[in-house]
This record gives sequence, C-alpha cells and structure tokens, in this order.
Amino acid sequence: MVTLEDFHSNDPVAWCPGCGNFSILKALKQALVDVQQEPHELVIVSGIGQAPKTPHYLRCNCFNGLHGRTLPVATGIKLANHQLTVLAEGGDGDGYGEGGNHFLHAMRRNINLTYLVHDNQVYGLTKGQTSPTSDYGFVTNTTPRGAISPACNPLLIAIASDCSFVARGFAGEVDHLAGLISAGIQHKGFAFIDILQPCVSFNRVNTFKWYADRVYQIEDESTYEASDRLNAFQKALEWGDKIPIGIIYRNQRPTLEEQIPAIADQPLVAQETEPENFVEMLEIFK
Amino acid sequence: MDISIRIGGAAGQGIQTISSIIAKTFVRHGFYVFVNQDFASRIRGGHNFDQVRISNTPVQAVADQVHLLIALDEETIRQDIDCLSENGVLLFDGESTDMTSDDPRYLSVPLARIAAEAGKSKIMINAVATGATTALLDFKLQPVLDGMQEQFQSRGAETVAKNQKCATAGYGFVRENRPKASVFSVPSANMSRQKMLLTGSQAMALGAMASGLKFYSGYPMSPATTIMEFVSTQAHKYNIVLEQAEDEIAAINMVIGANFAGARAMTATSGGGFCLMVEALSLAGMTETPAVIVVAQRPGPSTGLPTRTEQSDLNFVIHAGHGEFPRAILAPGHPAQAIRLMSQAFNLADRYQTPVIVLGDQHFNDAYFTVDELDLGGITIDRGHILSDADLPSPQEYKRYVSSESGVSPRILPGQTKAVLYADSDEHTEEGHITESASVRNQMMRKRMRKFEGIGQEIGPPEIYPAGQAELVLLGWGSTYGVLKETVDILNQKGQTAQMIHYSELFPFNPQHIDIAALKKASICAVENNYAGQFADLFSQSTSLPVNHRILKYDGRPFSPGEIIDRISGNI
Repeated sequence: MVTLEDFHSNDPVAWCPGCGNFSILKALKQALVDVQQEPHELVIVSGIGQAPKTPHYLRCNCFNGLHGRTLPVATGIKLANHQLTVLAEGGDGDGYGEGGNHFLHAMRRNINLTYLVHDNQVYGLTKGQTSPTSDYGFVTNTTPRGAISPACNPLLIAIASDCSFVARGFAGEVDHLAGLISAGIQHKGFAFIDILQPCVSFNRVNTFKWYADRVYQIEDESTYEASDRLNAFQKALEWGDKIPIGIIYRNQRPTLEEQIPAIADQPLVAQETEPENFVEMLEIFK
Repeated sequence: MDISIRIGGAAGQGIQTISSIIAKTFVRHGFYVFVNQDFASRIRGGHNFDQVRISNTPVQAVADQVHLLIALDEETIRQDIDCLSENGVLLFDGESTDMTSDDPRYLSVPLARIAAEAGKSKIMINAVATGATTALLDFKLQPVLDGMQEQFQSRGAETVAKNQKCATAGYGFVRENRPKASVFSVPSANMSRQKMLLTGSQAMALGAMASGLKFYSGYPMSPATTIMEFVSTQAHKYNIVLEQAEDEIAAINMVIGANFAGARAMTATSGGGFCLMVEALSLAGMTETPAVIVVAQRPGPSTGLPTRTEQSDLNFVIHAGHGEFPRAILAPGHPAQAIRLMSQAFNLADRYQTPVIVLGDQHFNDAYFTVDELDLGGITIDRGHILSDADLPSPQEYKRYVSSESGVSPRILPGQTKAVLYADSDEHTEEGHITESASVRNQMMRKRMRKFEGIGQEIGPPEIYPAGQAELVLLGWGSTYGVLKETVDILNQKGQTAQMIHYSELFPFNPQHIDIAALKKASICAVENNYAGQFADLFSQSTSLPVNHRILKYDGRPFSPGEIIDRISGNI
C-alpha cells in the first residue's frame, strides 16, 4: 500500500512562499498515491526552471537535466526500461521555448510518458522575462512596452500533433489536477497536461484570482466528448473570460514501445549481450 | 601484384555497384582489396569515383596511380587521366563522346550501345563496364555474374538477367577487341570466402553491437549515417532499439537517458551535429552518466566539404563542453582497431561514468578494408560498479554521488533496487540534491576530475612500426594508419630508416608509452589531415618533444604514400 509518506523527501524546498508549484506538488503526490505508484519504479525527468526542481521534493528516481531537454531524456529512459513509470516535468519556457521541437516529436511518437508543464506564462528562475505563453501586451523585463508576439497555444499544438492525451489543469484546483495526473499516468501513450500556475513574484496579471475567476471544469459539461478532435480544437481555442480545464482531447493509438519487437518480451536493461553471438554477423562481409 | 582501378562518373551512374561487385569478387578469391570512395555532395551528376586497389599483400591506403581508369563520362577523362599509369588503360565510350586520342592507353568500348543491345537500357552501362573491367584484369567472369545475382536478386530475376547479359557482352567485347592479355592480369585463384570486406562505419557498428549496444539514437549526417544504417539492418535480429531523433540534441539526450536507465547506448554524428550535442556532453559529465559518441569528421568550418575527409575536430572534441569534466577520446585506423576501441569506449564510459568520444572521418568511415579476421571473442563487457539491493544497507541510504578515492561512485539503476537515485545537472550533494555550498562544490569537482587519472592509466600505447629506433618518425593518428604504414615500408625499402608512431587512444594523452630519450634523436614529422597539426601540438605539449615537420592536408582528400614521400623530400 503506497501512502503519501512514501513520497516524503528531506530536500528543503526553494520556491517562493505562495508559489503555485506547491499545489502542483501536492496534486502530483496525491495522484501517485491514487495510482499506487511505487517510488523506486518511478522516474521523474525535469529540465531547468522553477518547475524542474519538483522531483527533488518527493521520493522518486530523478534526472534533473538541461533546460528544454526533458522529453528526449525521458524517451531514452522509457525505451531502455519501459516497465518504469516515467514523468517529464518542466515549465512553459522549458517545454514550449527551448524544448519546442522535442515536444512536437514526443507527441508524434506517442511514447508512454506523462508530461506536466507548469505554465505560469512568465520566466521565473531568470526573474521575470516574457515566455512563449505570455499574453499579448504582457509587460516584463524584456518586453517593457508589452509583448508584441501573441501567446502560443500549447493545447492547439498538441491536438494538431494528434497527441493522444491533452489536458489542462489549474494549480488552484488540487483534487481536479490530481485526477488529471492520475488519468495521464494510466493513459497508454503520451499524456500532456498543461497546468495553469500562478507566479506570485513575476506575474501580477495572471494571478491566482485571475485564473480562479475564469477556469471551469469541462467534465461539468456532460455532452463534451474528448475523442472528437474538431470539438477539441474548438475547446482549446477558448481563452479569456472563460478557460476550460480537464481532458480536452484523447485518442487510442499504438504507443512507440508496443511497436518495437526488441522489447516485446523484456526491457532492454534486462537483456544481456554475448559478444560471441555476433560472430555470425561476420558472414555478411565475406 | 598491386593494381588500382578507378571508376569515375556522375552520381547516379552506378559507380558503387561496379566497385562493390569487383571488390567482393577479389576478396572472395583471397586478395586484399581497399576501396576509397570520393564523391560530391549530390545525388545526381558531378564528378565522383571509387578507387579499388587489389593486391596479394595487405593494403589499407589509396595508391598514387591507377592502372585502369573506367570512365563512365567525359568528365572523368578530363579530371583523372593524369593519375593513369604509363602503361595503364583508359576504358571509355568513344561512341558517346567526341573525344578521340592516339594515346595507346585509350580503349574505346561502346558501353551505351552494348547496354542498349544486351540490357535494353542505356543506363546499364555500369554492368557493361563491370564485365569489361573483369576482362581487362584477365579474370574469370562467373564470380562476377554470381556477385550480380547476389546484388540484384531483391529486384527480381529480370534485373539480374539483364545485368548479367550486359556484363557478359562487355566482357566479350574486351576479349575480342583487345586480344593480348592485359599487363595487369590478376592471377587465377580459387574462391575461398575467408577474408572479409567492410567499411570503417560497419566495423564501428559491429564493435558497438558486440559490446552490448542496446539503444542507438542519431540524426542523419554524412559521413556518420552509415553507422546508423548498418545498426538498423541488424537491430531486429539482435534486439537493439534504434530511434531516429528529431535533431542531434535529442539524439544525445536520449542516449543519456537510456544509459541512465542502464542500457548501453550511443550516437554518431559529424562535426556540425556534435556542435549541437556539446551542451549534453557536459550534462553527461556533470550527472556522471556514461555516453559513447562517434564523431565522423569531415572538413569544416560549418558545412565545409560535406562528403569529404578531414581530421580537424580533435581540438574540438578535447575541449568541447562548458566547464571541466573527464572524458576519453579514441580514434581507430583500421577495422580490427575499431572493434577493439568501440568495446573499450563502452567499458570506459560505464566504468568511469563519463562520455567517451570515438573519432572517425569520411575516409575511414566510407573506405572498404579487407581483413583476415576480426576477434569478437576477445571483447569483454565491463559495466562498471552497479549495486543491487543486496549491496545496499537500506533503500534509504543510497547516495548517488558518494565520495570515493577513484572518483567513481557506484550506480544503481532506476527500478532495479528498492532505493531511488537523484541525478542532477546542477552542482549537487552526495545525495544528488542541488547545492550552493562552496565546500561541497570543491569536493564534487575533485571527485569528478579524479576519474581522469584512472582513465589516463587505461589509455593504451601507440602502435610503433617497425619497432626499434629510426632517423625519421612519421607521427599520426586515426585514419592515416594505412597510408603511414605503407609509407614507412617504402622509405625503409629505399634505405632510409623510418618508423610510424600511430596513436589510436588519444586523450587523456599518456606520454609514458614512448621512449622520449630515444625520440629526441629522431626527426619527428607529423602527418595530419588538418591545417594546424592539432595532434602534433598535443603530442609536443605532452612530451616536450619538438615536432620537427608537419605534413598537413586539408583539401578534403586522403593522403597517398607518394604524396607523403614527395612532401618529405621537399620538406626534410
């Protein structure tokens, strides 16, 4: 029986008091208990930013790598040992800026990972610059007269890439978010969850109240059908007065791992090599 | 016997089909064959050639002169006639060109007409030329026809039959129209199928796979792509996962991920792709994750000469990466060495938990070498210090970066024990958590850099050939192995005492392997395919020995023995 206590970490937390990351960490731990995930069979891969510190604050296997490069590292881990549960975790700059190309291709591959993006629409670690998801006109240290490029819409990008699980959560709704993370971990394929996260230090526009006033759970709409891609596009376009949270789109297509015969019986890490077996390969050259 | 054949033409004319069938035929009859590929960066057109050298003694270098020049187009005659030996033969299609000559070496064979008649297709001139070349070598045709069967069977019986008809017609034409036996006849021999013919890329891939490669990720880039392609042909059979990445950054990060999880993993690229990997090289250094990276060099800077050869990335790979961390750099010069060094690369990477770079270059990676044997049984797989549950006092007490005398901290693999590990690109504590502590920083830097000492002690000696002392020492590394060996043989036959010192294990440089006092009396001449003499600098700095002369070449083409000897006489 896995309990919250199993995920306890002694590493002191280095986030600002009141940061949205605390709620995300809480939701993550709750989700891991809900799916009864053993910590030693879990790997959380993260990049660089405030969000990527997360795996230090719970007991798990952690690879805290480079800014933007979480998904390729996570892909390598999963292909080497697909019996592990692998989560990738980062921020909006990390995932949609520096790592944008990897994001597109991880979705295309449909490798069985869960990808959490703490999206606070601003750069926090580097103290307040514009981000790929900063709203048009957003004033930061690098856009003192307001951002003149519109925000990218990660949900639209994901649906266009036929990502097999596309969701949005809100750090202010911890139980709902925990449900999304559990569903993402249980989903077979690439599960992407964009998480709206208030930044108390550098984003005075998209505050906790700003989000709370706007978000609504699409599960409340009994007619919403997440398998309908066109519907999902429409839902993902909603931003402004009303912001939907929940599972926006999902499909069931084969994962990358299940299409690779080499790992059908056992993961790569369990397979031993005998150099003598390669002597027969020499015949190719004769 | 030592005959060189150059087959030249435009890309798309099937030059490689001719050279591979001829090469394979003679290797199977017990000869030593070396094939050098020289091509432009285009899929159709341009001037390209393969040069096939056939000998009854081992050859691993490009010859200075060719004895048969097979011109599939006029451009080949114009560009390559100067390398034809005095009593050589130029085979060309007089009916398809306006070119006439009273040069007795010119032999016109109506390649296009024969192709149209025998194969019902003008594009089959390469098959006609294959037969004609076999006749010029005064060798039997049947094994060539068998080679065609093997080469084309996947394209159907009709294609096989047409190619064989064209080859037979080309063979017959030369027999009738040049009745006197060619001066370059290859002695008759029986089929033995003992020797092997393989490229440097294939040797690297084979060495990696036999050393336990389980995961390969790469992004196509000449001249490294052939490694990925060869692994992909074998991946199903040997349970290897190969993922073509979206870019080189993803490729090396996937490799780091797979190694972190416990599977032996590698990538291969060229200089430009390696530029993109450098950030992650430093990540492997900091997180202490094994990684094997092949850098198949080509001339830079930037895109440079994309399909040609150079040895100009040595300084780059020695210094690549922000910050300081240990690494090893190896550079094979022939296939057996490639297999041994790939095995060593994986063992060093696992045992010291750090990146290892293996340098190739276009000449080495694309050239075909003949070898009598390849020792795979000698490969040992050493995964380094990996703990199991039984080794841990308790799951809570594992520290990924625990201090040790060697600098190496035992690993656990995620999911393989009840313990967990934290790996971090930030400076970290023994537990792997982020730290700002000055004392921990100092401790961790020293721990990581101590691994350099261990690696240095495992770096093997250069090959010194012939043994003993010499007046002239030719110093080289990597792909110049074959040409340097042949050059010192020629010099020694001429009465000079010359010696090759060839390094394949380059960095960290170990000066203890050579007799510095003895070398002080020799004249040392570095031979390198780059502008600066990068290895000469490393050698000189590490040994305090002066490198008296540098023979450098950066035109994208490999050295030949004659060129080195000419430049020695000019230089020394």
